[in-house]
Amino acid sequence: MKKLLLFLTLLSLTNPVFAQAIKIGELNSYKVFPAFLEPYKKGWELALEEINRSGGVLGRKLEVVSRDDGGTPGDAVRVAEELISREQAAVLMGTFASNVGLAVANLAQQRKVVFMAAEPLTDKIVWENGNRYTFRLRPSTYMQVAMLVPEAARLKKKRWAIVYPNYEYGQSATASFKKLLAKAQPDVEFVAEQTPPLGKIDAGAVVQALLEAKPDAIFSSLFAVDLQKFVREGNTRGLFKSAAVVNLLGGEPEYLDTLKDETPEGWWVTGYPWSEINTPEHKKFSDAYEKRWKDYPRVGSVVGYTALHAVANGIRKAGSLQSDKLIAALEGLQMETPFGQILWRPIDHQSTMGAYVGQLAKKGGQGVMVNWHYADGAKYQPSDQEVRALRKE
Amino acid sequence: MSGSAILLQFLNGLAGASSLFLVAAGLSLIFGVSRIVNFAHGSLYMLGMYLAVSLSASIGFWASVPLSAALVAAVGCLIEVGFLRRIYKAPELLQLLATFALVLIIKDAALWAWGAQDMLGPRAPGLAGAVSIAGSQFPQYDLLLIVLGPAVFMALHLLLTRTRWGTLVRAATQDREMAAALGVNERRLFTAAFTLGALLAGFGGASAIPREPASLEIDLGVIADAFVVVVVGGLGSIPGAFLAALLIGEVKAFCIGLGYSELTLAIEFIVMALVLVLRPWGLLGRPLPQVRGAGTVEPPLPAPSFLLLAALAALLAVVPAFSGPYTVVLLTDILVFALFAASLHFLMGPGGMPSFGHAAYFGLGAYAAGLLLLRAHLPMELSLALAPLAAGVGALIFGWFCVQLSGVYLAMLTLAFAQIAWSIAFQWDELTGGSNGLIGVWPAPWLASKQAYYYLTLVLCLGAVALLWRLIYSPFGYALRAARDSPLRAEAIGIDVRIQQWAAFGVAGLFAGVGGALYAFSKGSISPETLSVPRSVDGLVMVLLGGVQTLSGPLWGAALFTWLEDSLSRGVEYWRAAIGAVILVLVMAFPQGIAGFLKQRFLK
Repeated sequence: MKKLLLFLTLLSLTNPVFAQAIKIGELNSYKVFPAFLEPYKKGWELALEEINRSGGVLGRKLEVVSRDDGGTPGDAVRVAEELISREQAAVLMGTFASNVGLAVANLAQQRKVVFMAAEPLTDKIVWENGNRYTFRLRPSTYMQVAMLVPEAARLKKKRWAIVYPNYEYGQSATASFKKLLAKAQPDVEFVAEQTPPLGKIDAGAVVQALLEAKPDAIFSSLFAVDLQKFVREGNTRGLFKSAAVVNLLGGEPEYLDTLKDETPEGWWVTGYPWSEINTPEHKKFSDAYEKRWKDYPRVGSVVGYTALHAVANGIRKAGSLQSDKLIAALEGLQMETPFGQILWRPIDHQSTMGAYVGQLAKKGGQGVMVNWHYADGAKYQPSDQEVRALRKE
Repeated sequence: MSGSAILLQFLNGLAGASSLFLVAAGLSLIFGVSRIVNFAHGSLYMLGMYLAVSLSASIGFWASVPLSAALVAAVGCLIEVGFLRRIYKAPELLQLLATFALVLIIKDAALWAWGAQDMLGPRAPGLAGAVSIAGSQFPQYDLLLIVLGPAVFMALHLLLTRTRWGTLVRAATQDREMAAALGVNERRLFTAAFTLGALLAGFGGASAIPREPASLEIDLGVIADAFVVVVVGGLGSIPGAFLAALLIGEVKAFCIGLGYSELTLAIEFIVMALVLVLRPWGLLGRPLPQVRGAGTVEPPLPAPSFLLLAALAALLAVVPAFSGPYTVVLLTDILVFALFAASLHFLMGPGGMPSFGHAAYFGLGAYAAGLLLLRAHLPMELSLALAPLAAGVGALIFGWFCVQLSGVYLAMLTLAFAQIAWSIAFQWDELTGGSNGLIGVWPAPWLASKQAYYYLTLVLCLGAVALLWRLIYSPFGYALRAARDSPLRAEAIGIDVRIQQWAAFGVAGLFAGVGGALYAFSKGSISPETLSVPRSVDGLVMVLLGGVQTLSGPLWGAALFTWLEDSLSRGVEYWRAAIGAVILVLVMAFPQGIAGFLKQRFLK
């Protein structure tokens, strides 16, 4: 018996398979935003398989303990507590809505645990409410607006109307757009603003009110149901005949694919033309994804996939699970992603992952992006000075 | 606005009003006959949308509308026969709990059947384009909708006034016991009314698909709107619902047309609050007849068992010694919600005033705590002590208007105030942090550990519950219960009923505020969801699950519901449906609530 125990102890010391897995605590609002988060989950599951197939991290397997956070900050904080204290998760990852992301980021700081905020778009999570434990992957609201502003300025339209969902994302997108466009094109005029409640746009009345203002162009940050209703009413009422449109996120397959033959042609959007990106790094990812899931990748897939790889890379570089070492490793970490090289900015813990900017078109009854280019997130940042001021450092 | 703009926004308003009326009519009909507050009505509407979108791919849009409506009617019929029929005699509002469970089940069923992505339906063939009106393009389909609303209204009106069945429905609406005594087959009538209501919901959903994609979020949005229309119009009044739909449709369209689109966040609730303050029974409603039934006569409460509470406290005090750190976190949540539920129970049970907006006071307490700490820079202990006062004052302000009403009208006015409070917290960026809320609301260092905070919560929550129980047996509590059971006699012996009820609001608000403040510091942040409708509904579910006619029921209800959510969401893929199923089983098995059942079983 003693011999057997000794043997097992030796085995566990030498064979990494017997070492305890490294736990990543993942939480997201799977049942509140399933359209975005099902692909996201498939993304990190694929990454997890890749990581463990190639021997795991630090000689140990990676394990993701995934939880539904209920979609509210209060529940999410409890779930995160559970992941930290009961599951002993080394790193937290996930969240979707900005308020949930900010609440978990704040908890991460309190509990001194590294938090990989994969999805939230809010600028605040890296700026006003940023903290040293929180890293955010997706290009922020500000970055995506900044990517669209050059195209908006190139349209040379004077009278702009704005429509945005009435919560922080829409408000800050609008504020950034107004500020950046006025800088790029000083003679711009903002003639109307409509802010319907999220998910409850009264599209007919909103389109009518916009028509009334006779804008040359429209900046919209609508998405999901609101975008679909807006597009259909706008098509019927001829709003887009007289006005060019720039729409944040409009080219993301999550939102674009539902539009089908309603897809409004010529709109400038940020998005993800997954079927047309031919870089080897993207090809490798999308082939693996389609092979594993028999489905094409969405933005969420790339985010989930990249977020978990980022965590794994960070741990590898740190050679440790200690938060301080992990933070030091993640700051300035460079890594390959399906979108190309990214860097984790030491100044605000934002990744330089970019987005694709292009125009909408119809192809075989489906919406696609054309004339697109990749906008590298590194180029669409405010100055370091501004960032430091926002972070109050 | 130009003349043509006014005309077009007016037409937009009419189209919006028609679709509002289609959902609200069914809800009003069901409520009128069976007194069921059918939370699942929005889910039936959603089902109608999904069915129509998927059916129209094979049989075309026009055929899919009646077929989807018929299918939804069949579902409605099954729901009534399978579940609701069994609990008509249960305490009032219990049916609400059953329909809430159905909301959860239907949502997950739709996710399972149709997947997560929104589904944009086809345009209506033949009415896909626009017509030119006053120089603008107006969708042809909206013109059809404008006609459809009044047409359905006329058809319903004729059905209710010119047919024998309609006469029976109206008789049951006015006095269902008398109708039953005269030989009307109540069972069949209720089933038929519920089926017709479901048919209207399905029809409303199916006919909306050319304007709106089918999505999983539509159910709760629609149900809130439909409730508002039904209550503004007057419960059970179909003409009232029509009028209310018109009013709200037009107000919304002109808010947008005049450039006040941010008001649409809560405009229907502002309208509802105004209407109810001015006309306590809605536009065309009449005072509700007293429902006589087993559930309405509430037995007097037994003496409170403070011993039980003390034993519970002792037990909870030793838990941290034997459990992991997460148990303490979960128990902190449970204690906070137990106090929240107990404060709601104080209002609903002894006070006899159901509140659908109790989260307002919970949220006010939470926000006050956060604001005092972050903006006024008070110490955490002082913020925690002062925050409940804000909730109490808020409850007194809202309550002053609410106690003028009774029953579901009162409940809906509390909901309206809660929604208005929510929209203020949501919009007032500089003060409340807007949709993101307040971040960094952490307790003082000596309370920072989970255990220390747990003990603080334990002492404050159970202390508050003991105080609430004590109040129920004070002269104030007796006067309150007298006012509930017989307002006329209470007045006659010199009790000022309104004052008692108003004070009850203040007390309930204060204690909910204690819960809210504790919640804020346990989470480190607060966002508008703390005063949103789902939080209010959670409170209702806890109270009803535990048993509204018992003292300790809300505590058990809160514990069970929070624990269920925590454990099911961890292990079960369709955890919402699982929670719904558990609630449904509990409602069917223990219509008196868990504590009510235990009492019946063991204390008799």
